[in-house]
Amino acid sequence: MFSKFLRAPAILAASAFSALASADYHVDILPPVTAVSREIYVLHWGILWVCVAIFVIVFGAMFWSLFKHRKSAGAKAAQFHENTTIEVIWTIVPFVILIGMAYPATRTVLNMKDAGGADMSVKITAYQWKWEYDYQQDGVRFLSHLATPRSQIDEYNAPGAAKNDNYLLEVDEPMVVPVGKKVRLLITSNDVIHGWFVPQFGVNQYGIPGFVKDAWITVDKAGTYRGQCSQICGKEHGFMPIVVVAKAPAEYAAWVTQMKAKMPAEPAPAPAAESAPAAGSPQGAGEKVAAAAPAKAGDGKSTYDTTCAACHGTGAAGAPKLGDKAAWGARLKQGVAVLQDHAIKGKGAMPPKGGNMTLSDAAVKAAVDYMAAAAR
Amino acid sequence: MSAATHSHDHGHDDAHEHHGPPHGITRWFYTTNHKDIGTMYLWFALTMFFVGGTMALGIRAELFKPGLQFFDPQFFNSLTTVHGLVMVFGAIMPAFVGFANWLVPMQIGAADMAFPRMNNWSFWLLIPAAILLMGSFLVPGGAAASGWTLYPPLIIQQGMSIDMTILAVHILGASSIMGSINIITTILNMRAPGMTLMKMPLFVWTWLITAYLLIAVMPVLTDRHFGTSFFNAAGGGDPTMFLHIFWFFGHPEVYIMILPAFGIVSQILPAFARKPLFGYASMVYATASIAILSFIVWGHHMFTVGMPAAGNLFFMYATMLIAVPTGVKVFNWISTMWKGSMTFETPMLFAVGFLCLFTIGGFSGLVLAIVPVDITLHNTYYVVAHFHYVLVSGALFAILGGIYFWLPKWTGHMYNEGLGKLHFWLSMIGFNLTFFPQHFLGLAGMPRRIPDYALQFAEWNMWSSIGAFIFGFSQLLFLYNIVSTIRSGKKADQKQWEGADSLEWTHLPTPLPYHTFVTAPIIK
Repeated sequence: MFSKFLRAPAILAASAFSALASADYHVDILPPVTAVSREIYVLHWGILWVCVAIFVIVFGAMFWSLFKHRKSAGAKAAQFHENTTIEVIWTIVPFVILIGMAYPATRTVLNMKDAGGADMSVKITAYQWKWEYDYQQDGVRFLSHLATPRSQIDEYNAPGAAKNDNYLLEVDEPMVVPVGKKVRLLITSNDVIHGWFVPQFGVNQYGIPGFVKDAWITVDKAGTYRGQCSQICGKEHGFMPIVVVAKAPAEYAAWVTQMKAKMPAEPAPAPAAESAPAAGSPQGAGEKVAAAAPAKAGDGKSTYDTTCAACHGTGAAGAPKLGDKAAWGARLKQGVAVLQDHAIKGKGAMPPKGGNMTLSDAAVKAAVDYMAAAAR
Repeated sequence: MSAATHSHDHGHDDAHEHHGPPHGITRWFYTTNHKDIGTMYLWFALTMFFVGGTMALGIRAELFKPGLQFFDPQFFNSLTTVHGLVMVFGAIMPAFVGFANWLVPMQIGAADMAFPRMNNWSFWLLIPAAILLMGSFLVPGGAAASGWTLYPPLIIQQGMSIDMTILAVHILGASSIMGSINIITTILNMRAPGMTLMKMPLFVWTWLITAYLLIAVMPVLTDRHFGTSFFNAAGGGDPTMFLHIFWFFGHPEVYIMILPAFGIVSQILPAFARKPLFGYASMVYATASIAILSFIVWGHHMFTVGMPAAGNLFFMYATMLIAVPTGVKVFNWISTMWKGSMTFETPMLFAVGFLCLFTIGGFSGLVLAIVPVDITLHNTYYVVAHFHYVLVSGALFAILGGIYFWLPKWTGHMYNEGLGKLHFWLSMIGFNLTFFPQHFLGLAGMPRRIPDYALQFAEWNMWSSIGAFIFGFSQLLFLYNIVSTIRSGKKADQKQWEGADSLEWTHLPTPLPYHTFVTAPIIK
């Protein structure tokens, strides 16, 4: 390893000239393709120009002084060392400028945090070192790995094979989203902290094991967008790219059909588990079932006790408490099916499946039924 | 008790004044002299600076072009991690403590630090810590490779090197706490008659505030390691909690590394402008405000964790506020130069370089404070560029300028001015060539801590690597200049710099006697 390191200068010199020939000097944020990333783009440039202007004025003054007040030019040192008026001014003026920057930034923050009203959601799970995309409502779920062959990467002993155009930014199975639809991203991790980062979407969200965090995108232009894991996650951190293809809704539907056909029959956990508990937990029967078979997936009470009670037992985060008829009344008017849907997909402070992604959809529905029964 | 100790120390001092310091290695093992200890801190920092710098050059060599040429990705991750730890805890912080040891007693007219033996112990703790940290490269699994932030659960996947790293950081923390207690006690209790707080040189002020920050923050560091074991045992826990705790330590730590630099620059600029520091009082207040604000901005390292909007907004506003006191400082420095009578010796060049480049780092910090923009730049090379602008052209340039400034006083010899200026210009060019293009890489979306990258990042990475090698190798000039100054430099004057006005220049001869201010001076 260190002998290779000693060779460095020779290699560096040799490749310097070849690299110069095909120069590609990006100096800007990549073209934005969502409303949020467009706002980010504008914010960045706005703030950058304000900074540049301040820098030019302040340091223009300094360099003028450096030139003018040289001892070699015969400058005699003045002895002033205070001026309250000017000190107050240069405390207040930056403060006002900062408020000018904070206002538009605040609007964008509130916008990017508002994942409500999504048309669909995709659960993204990070693994060392690959991504899993789970389209729960469509029953499509797959892994996405780096597609660049190792022969292009390793150059320890000899120059590697010619590199693909999208070297290190290509995957075997990209994520696909429909153009113009609000897609809610539910991001988590199975092992260590990762970061799902696609610059052109303005999304950079840690996937944290044990937690589900959300973000959203509405891509307004069909195309292929590339990103990478942003948080160091071990040896292959640099080798788990993200590729998202945005397609017109019709093409997206075709893609879903095609992917569904590829899905193995076995791991479709949602439909398989659904039939059994749906029968096992009629409304109002939660208590009885609990006594009979505490471990069953369809047992609404035990699911409630292990997962839901953390918030719905205490009213934490504004959750309606178990048996609170007033709080549940308005919600129940929407129908139990709607509530079940919210419980599975998440709504407001309510994380999908109460944050316990190991639950089957059916178990969540049963728990909703149990809570609904208690409020009647 | 204190009277007895005092007379004992006094007798000791007299003996030393007749016989000088003991000779040989035991002088350094047993010394309680603030100057000796300061010297050891500075040499330790310089050594670690070269160790960390070598790692940085390894990183830049690997990143010179796409593909993996030199290092296994895991080893690359170890390099970035240990480079960060070594530079933060081994180079920058000990260098500032070295400055504090040398200067605080002399600038306030005290004979030595308040707790000389503890001072010795704080230094010698650094050595086992450094051995543990560097030794972790040799154990199975290699050195810590999770980034210097050591986030779980990634960190618990590694072998015993993590335990060694954590122990090393613990020891460094203990050393810093002792050093800070020492500095605070010295400044508050041992000032010469007439040396009121508001008459102290600004360097002393910045260190007083820094030492408070260190004491408040280092125990958090300790806690987080108990936390880490907890994650280890539970195999899970709440990683977000660790992030909060880490950055509650980490952000004030960043200011610990910059406030003494402000102090050094505030000494150098007036000396070479031959004009008193502008807005002394507001400088003190600005430093204190920055220190206080540093405790409530940790969340800006975590905008991508998924905090609620209210959390993100709070940390954004608090972070933006820091621009106000920082701006005050920059304006004060420029007003100090305004209508001065300036000359541009090496320390002044580094101070002016600091001012320009630190401000660029401040501006990129402001850009990063804006949550939405941060989201798209978090963990990219833009962040790498930002913190190297504040820590290298900020803290390090101030240290280099400070070394040139006080070297004549410390060694009794004048350094080679031409070589010093060459060192400055090569550092300036190399540094900017290394780190300015990294802003562009970050904007284009290149994540940090990756050993290999996509083709569109190739050009700027190449330039960055070239710059890094220029910057790295020009530091050898610095080493050569110091060594030749000590061995054969011209004799320096008592007041080598015309505009310098703190006690070490006005009251003490060059070369400095081993013990100074045995009788406190009267300050008018």
